[in-house]
Amino acid sequence: VSVIDAPTPSTATAPPPAVRSSAARSDHEILLETWQRPPGVWGWITTTNHKDIGLRFIVTAMVFFCMAGILALLMRIQLARPENRFLGPDLYNQFFTTHGTAMMFLFAVPVMEGMGIYLVPLMIGTRNVAFPKLLNFSYYCYLFSGCALFIGLFSNTGPDAGWFAYVPLAGPQFSPGHRMDVWSQMVSLMEVSSLAGAVDIITTIFKQRAIGMSLNRMPLFVWTQLITAWMIIFAMPAVMLGSTMLSMDRVLHIGTHFYNSSEGGDVMLWQHLFWFFAHPEVYIIFVPATGFVSAIIETFTRRKIFGYTALVLSASATAFIGFGVWVHHMFATPIPQLGEGLFTASSLMIVIPNSIQMFCWLAMLWTGRVVLKTPMIYVLGFIAIFAIGGLSGVILASVQMDLQVHDTMFVVAHLHYVLIGGAVFPLFGAFHYWYPKVTGRMMDEKLGLITFALLFIGFNMTFWPMHHLGLHGMTRRIYTYLPQTHWAPMNLTATIGAFILGTGVLLLLVNMFVSLRRGKIAGANPWHAPSLEWAALSPPPVYNFLRLPTVQSRDPLWSDPPDTPVVQGLELNKRQVLVTTTLDAFPDHRFSLASDSIIPLVLAMCTAYFWLGAGIFNPWHAVWAAIAFTVVIAIWFWTSRWSKNKPQPWPKRRRVVMS
Amino acid sequence: MKTAAAWTAAGMMSCAAGTCLAQAPYNDTQSAMMPAGNPAGDISALWWRTFWLLTAVYIITMVLALLPAWRRRSRYPHQPLDPVEPLPASEKRLGSVVGAGVFATTVILFILLVGDFVVGNKARALGRDPDPLIIEITGHQWWWEVRYMDGDSSKIVNDANEIHVPINRVVRFELKSPDVIHSFWVPNISGKKDLIPGHPTSLSVKATHLGTYWGQCAEFCGFQHAKMRLAFIVQTPEEFSSWTTAARSTAAAPTTDLQKQGLQVFLGRTCSTCHSIQGTKAGARLGPDLTHIASRATLAAGSLPNSMGHLGGWVIDPQGIKPGVHMPQQQLSSQDLQALLEYLENLK
Repeated sequence: VSVIDAPTPSTATAPPPAVRSSAARSDHEILLETWQRPPGVWGWITTTNHKDIGLRFIVTAMVFFCMAGILALLMRIQLARPENRFLGPDLYNQFFTTHGTAMMFLFAVPVMEGMGIYLVPLMIGTRNVAFPKLLNFSYYCYLFSGCALFIGLFSNTGPDAGWFAYVPLAGPQFSPGHRMDVWSQMVSLMEVSSLAGAVDIITTIFKQRAIGMSLNRMPLFVWTQLITAWMIIFAMPAVMLGSTMLSMDRVLHIGTHFYNSSEGGDVMLWQHLFWFFAHPEVYIIFVPATGFVSAIIETFTRRKIFGYTALVLSASATAFIGFGVWVHHMFATPIPQLGEGLFTASSLMIVIPNSIQMFCWLAMLWTGRVVLKTPMIYVLGFIAIFAIGGLSGVILASVQMDLQVHDTMFVVAHLHYVLIGGAVFPLFGAFHYWYPKVTGRMMDEKLGLITFALLFIGFNMTFWPMHHLGLHGMTRRIYTYLPQTHWAPMNLTATIGAFILGTGVLLLLVNMFVSLRRGKIAGANPWHAPSLEWAALSPPPVYNFLRLPTVQSRDPLWSDPPDTPVVQGLELNKRQVLVTTTLDAFPDHRFSLASDSIIPLVLAMCTAYFWLGAGIFNPWHAVWAAIAFTVVIAIWFWTSRWSKNKPQPWPKRRRVVMS
Repeated sequence: MKTAAAWTAAGMMSCAAGTCLAQAPYNDTQSAMMPAGNPAGDISALWWRTFWLLTAVYIITMVLALLPAWRRRSRYPHQPLDPVEPLPASEKRLGSVVGAGVFATTVILFILLVGDFVVGNKARALGRDPDPLIIEITGHQWWWEVRYMDGDSSKIVNDANEIHVPINRVVRFELKSPDVIHSFWVPNISGKKDLIPGHPTSLSVKATHLGTYWGQCAEFCGFQHAKMRLAFIVQTPEEFSSWTTAARSTAAAPTTDLQKQGLQVFLGRTCSTCHSIQGTKAGARLGPDLTHIASRATLAAGSLPNSMGHLGGWVIDPQGIKPGVHMPQQQLSSQDLQALLEYLENLK
């Protein structure tokens, strides 16, 4: 087994050799047979390929995005004029709760994870994620959680106490029925999914990078995915704990009093647990978006990343400080003066790493050659919008100004500027950017620009007026308002803007569908980008790379010599990947990954049964579900033992690689 | 490309148009932008200083972002471009420029931090006033109970959804909630304070301009969160003391036969199981105190003007006006209703 193939220029990028007529099968054919999922529906549900599942995450997230967006449009119609009777308070409260829950839990986090699941293995030059079955499990938990929320909504059991579910309003006394049960359980189930995905991403990044891709050569996108995954691991348990306690307070046969102040519980406990999760959540959404931005800016300014270390450190600093600012959501509650000062300071401090990022990007714009293609236009739109959101965030960090704008439409404006400007614009830019990689075809450039214009105009028209509304006294989460408040003109403007925004999203989807068939053929690297995913074919074959690449710099496709070695010596008839060391990416051993399996789906069903059955129907379901879970996970590990794919040592000829 | 530029320009213009629209006539009596007291006045001053500072920052950022995008954009957008190879010396220079930018940001943040602390200290100084007027506010789903406290318990005034305060005197609101979390907010006077079950708290303000201002609950509190408003009336000390005197009196006794019948309807029907009228047998505290209901400007926590017609509509069909409100529908004959309204309208 040789470590390194003889230098073969651009073997990694070369298309697979045509099928030979002789009996000898090409590597391509063997790999295809090894990695291909079983045919038909069975293969479709059992697949463990990161590209299948990543794409599934993205598509599912976009479906939930559209559904939650439609709810937003309906709410905007309700608010278009004072005393409107289009939706009553009952529907309105369910809609805004479901909108917030779906956008945060079912769209923003999973779509970012989906981008990572699809792209990270390609960017680090490996064949699949470290725990393929866990990934499949993660997707099914996500799907069940999302379905639970919307089935709840359609069966008049949509949660209606806000996506923040403040107790006591969300508690058993003031929210009888199962509406908030649905909320607390689907949230827990969703976090199981996020945690599983995060573990997978971290392990893949730490252990499966291409030879030579030491940590300081990883693309910034991969860094941001790594940082986000760590944030998920630290943030999500807080909300799972909180919502499980909420559920135990609510469920009839358990009846605890964690949040019942008259029985020694405390309503503030919920707020701390929730915001300790929910503020980092914002950065879980934003940090991956900065990864998109860095990747797009690097390619479209045609220059290497400026301030690579600074950008990595500022993303990490954002992640750290993000866990120390949650009380700025609670400035109107009785908190001591020292607490106010501390959290004001920490909330302002988080501006510093973000400004470092922003300045580094601006520096790249100034010193590069800007190519104004759609992804780049989206990034410029991101800068224009996100800067407003960031600056209004500075206002929210100051206790005194926050007390005036807190819980008003100003905050609604701010959070949409940050989340749509800071995450959705980069995401749509990323869709345009990586679409050719995923589908092999380009998206329509002209339609893309029109879409951008509609989104940009619609977005600002919808959310800019909300700043004014908030300052002029309009509070959040109100289903109607009185004519004498004079809020009508601004609200009508926002409603019209929302429909322009909706049209923009529709056009984006149309562009994506139409380009599937009609788009220009892209080729492996249509943007002449520097990172490794562009070395694979477009769309990438199921095994990603014919020969695993090695890397000698941060921008392998720009800076590495054409005779860069590729890895030879993995067994082609097993799903084998190369495991490298965490810091320096020296080759360590070969490892065979699990093959396709139905067990993740069954386990996800048990998990969903555990949360949804116990929390919504009867707590005894938790017992049956736990038994079923134990049996299934035993089978999971048992069948893993049967596989003969033991780790195999890597020959000790490492130096050849690094020289 | 030109299309995109044109569209973007159109977008910018529509945003500008939106800003002009901001000058549309607002109701200045429910606005953080028109302070009529403190802390709102201090916050507003801080707001405007911050606003201009941040606007300057934004314009600089945008110029820095869009100028290179415009000027340094590739002349050959359709040709594959070789990556630029930056020189180490220029990278280093760039590094110091970025460093200077970050330093400037940090300085601006410190300015904001200090500004916030200064305004915060002023707000806390109001809380140390030796002789404040103490008003207890209790948030209910979905109305405000207002009690003017006094050392002499017979002088305590019960009212609802309407707060009268004297000008230029510090008022300390004692805030509490027996049900869910509400938030007390009169934007012209002060920022918010949450009313949290199990955590009584207080808020000190000083009104400096006469007039009637409006506030509403700012923390989502369920079905009728939207219609939980209150009037905040700033009066001269003389007006306030005469109002207090009137408010301390018991309810006006019914004079005409119709009014007497109205009182009987009130006591005989379900009304008195929730409402109280001082001076009659009705003493329940579940709903707003109605002793001086006719002197209030609005009904149903600020959602209806207080006229006989609206009051009749509210008594007969509260669920139609505020769906989900805890007040039940009433089955009253037209004669009983007429009598009841006649009586209530007399409760000045």
